Amino acid sequence: MKITRIILSFISAVVILFSTSVTSFAKVVGDKIVLGAAISLTGKYSSNGVHTQNGYNMAVDRINSMGGVKVGGKTYKFEIIYYDDESNPKRAAQLAERLISQDGVEFMLGPYSSGLTKAIAPVTEKYGVPMVEANGASRSLFTKGYKYLFAVLAPANLYLDVAIDLAVEKNNGKPVTVAMAFEQDAFSQDVRLGVLDAIKRTGSKKVIDDKLPKELNDMAATLVKVKQMKPDVLVVSGHTKGALTAIRQIAEMKVDVPMLAMTHCDAAKLSKQHGKNSQYALCASQWHKTLTYKDNFFKDGMKYAADFEKEFGYDPPYQSAESSAALLVFKDAFERANSFDQKKVRDALAATNMQTFYGNIKFAEGGQNVDKPMVLFQVMCDGSGKCENKVVAPTKWASAKLIHPIPKWSER
Amino acid sequence: MITVQACLDGLLLGILFALIAYGMALQWGVMNIINIAQGDLVILGGYIAYFMYLYGIHPAWGVIVSPIIMYFIGVGIYKLVINKVVDRDLFISILATFGISILFMQLMNFAFGADVVLANSGYGTTMLFDNNVTLPNSKIFSAVISIVFAIGLVIYMKKSKLGRAIRATAQNSRAAKILGVDTEKVYAATFGINAALCGVAGALISITFTIHPYMGLPYTIRSFMIVIVAGLGNLPGVAMSGMGLGVFEEFADYILGTEFRIGAVFLLLVLILVYRRFKLSRKREYLK
Repeated sequence: MKITRIILSFISAVVILFSTSVTSFAKVVGDKIVLGAAISLTGKYSSNGVHTQNGYNMAVDRINSMGGVKVGGKTYKFEIIYYDDESNPKRAAQLAERLISQDGVEFMLGPYSSGLTKAIAPVTEKYGVPMVEANGASRSLFTKGYKYLFAVLAPANLYLDVAIDLAVEKNNGKPVTVAMAFEQDAFSQDVRLGVLDAIKRTGSKKVIDDKLPKELNDMAATLVKVKQMKPDVLVVSGHTKGALTAIRQIAEMKVDVPMLAMTHCDAAKLSKQHGKNSQYALCASQWHKTLTYKDNFFKDGMKYAADFEKEFGYDPPYQSAESSAALLVFKDAFERANSFDQKKVRDALAATNMQTFYGNIKFAEGGQNVDKPMVLFQVMCDGSGKCENKVVAPTKWASAKLIHPIPKWSER
Repeated sequence: MITVQACLDGLLLGILFALIAYGMALQWGVMNIINIAQGDLVILGGYIAYFMYLYGIHPAWGVIVSPIIMYFIGVGIYKLVINKVVDRDLFISILATFGISILFMQLMNFAFGADVVLANSGYGTTMLFDNNVTLPNSKIFSAVISIVFAIGLVIYMKKSKLGRAIRATAQNSRAAKILGVDTEKVYAATFGINAALCGVAGALISITFTIHPYMGLPYTIRSFMIVIVAGLGNLPGVAMSGMGLGVFEEFADYILGTEFRIGAVFLLLVLILVYRRFKLSRKREYLK
């Protein structure tokens, strides 16, 4: 009896061992390349998490329907295993661990937000799993010496420094005074560092440097200071809440400032929520559909936007576009590496130099994309109150002329 | 002019906070429950006004519709959860309402999405002192409505039968029970009234600020502080400490910088608690 029991338990142990090791061959099964992604489908980042997932899915469908990925003379199709990280960094790190060690995923796509990418990057690095991410822009991601992290987007410190340059240019090359209000989180503080660099570079002067608490949705005190100091530029970054609060209170308190630059206007649906009050705001964006970058899969921004809207029913925010671009980067790297060896794919990723509908992609040593400038668009409204975002800088991509200075509230 | 602006901004903000704290003080006094979900009820009230706005109804109507819906939600929560913890240890009620808070956050996130939203009232701005002081009419509207509801509630508590029953229960629930007050009904109504006040405040917040499923906690903490400063059962005190805190916050922000705003408020709270303890110990010595 005892012996049968021992034999039985031995057999079941072997069966369990095999069943788990079968799943750990899941990276490339048959004609499928399986990628893993922890995405915020619930929790506070769920809106942008869904934008990210839609971007990934759109690119997977497109690449698969257009012939897939050719490696070693064979054609493969992309497939993604998703897990919901509940917008929680700890959970995201656990899920990355699970994707790699249990599901056997050997290539990863990034989550949404800098915070979650920071949580996952040490895990993918430990296992040597190449990760192409599209939604973590914090500068600290690229200074840690990660070898397997690649970001298709421009780092956070480049978001708004263009605005300072633009203000100086409009001031006939003379330095300007800058008021800053930034939320106290990693991303916004990185944006702030970029602005500080630009202030130093141009010899400009900061007159207000407020740090907004995360839980605050009232900027009245900062705006009172702005009214008093009368700066040439007001820069605000505090995610969607910051953008919405700033526009609401600037309009209510009739704060006149020649230039207003901010982040997250897209995600905040600024012009939809505030209508004409959001007019003339300058917004930093990773991508805009009117940019004329091209590729073979989505053709260009306008076509991408039209296809995306047809499939998901809304205009794609830049979070979706950059997510789609991540898949294009992976396809390109697999084909150049002509192998599924993680090291070879990593080296191929590091050597990426391509153009996509989203922009040029070329990675620096730290993994950030250095070949794609940020764009600034300005909210412009017509007489009927219909507002549109128009690219005004850099000049090469501009589809409209910058309106500067912003007309005073008494003249509007 | 800056001083006037900061003062007025603080006052208008403080009145709104006082309304939320008012509900908390009422329920704390009557039922001995510290409601951690207070802020989440506020946000839920805000969403009701926001949805009216989305469907083309002016969000100001939210101050009438939202409290009615929230009253029933409040009574529902009482019947489901709170009545099981009402006579228990304070710690149990904190845990229970903390659970409700998390549940509400997740449900709101699930139902309404994680976007930050707001309702535009289109009320414009009042300019004073040669346009040097600006007062958003939406904030003035919020303050007026808050005051109306607060005064209405005080009168209701004094004059109505239920109001008297609530006050009697707050003073001594056992005695009230013996004298024929249905305390179970009183508790349910108190929780409902608190939720209704949160509904009003939420509707006003959607008009003046922004709402988001995870934004409730700061409102809970703020109202908790106001009640601590004012003391239980001291409704004029709640109003005063609400406004005082609002003004103090604005000045702290202006003088020390925005990053020290919340820190300054907490420092004030600590000072007040230390001062109270000091006063209390002196009293004790006197009693000896």
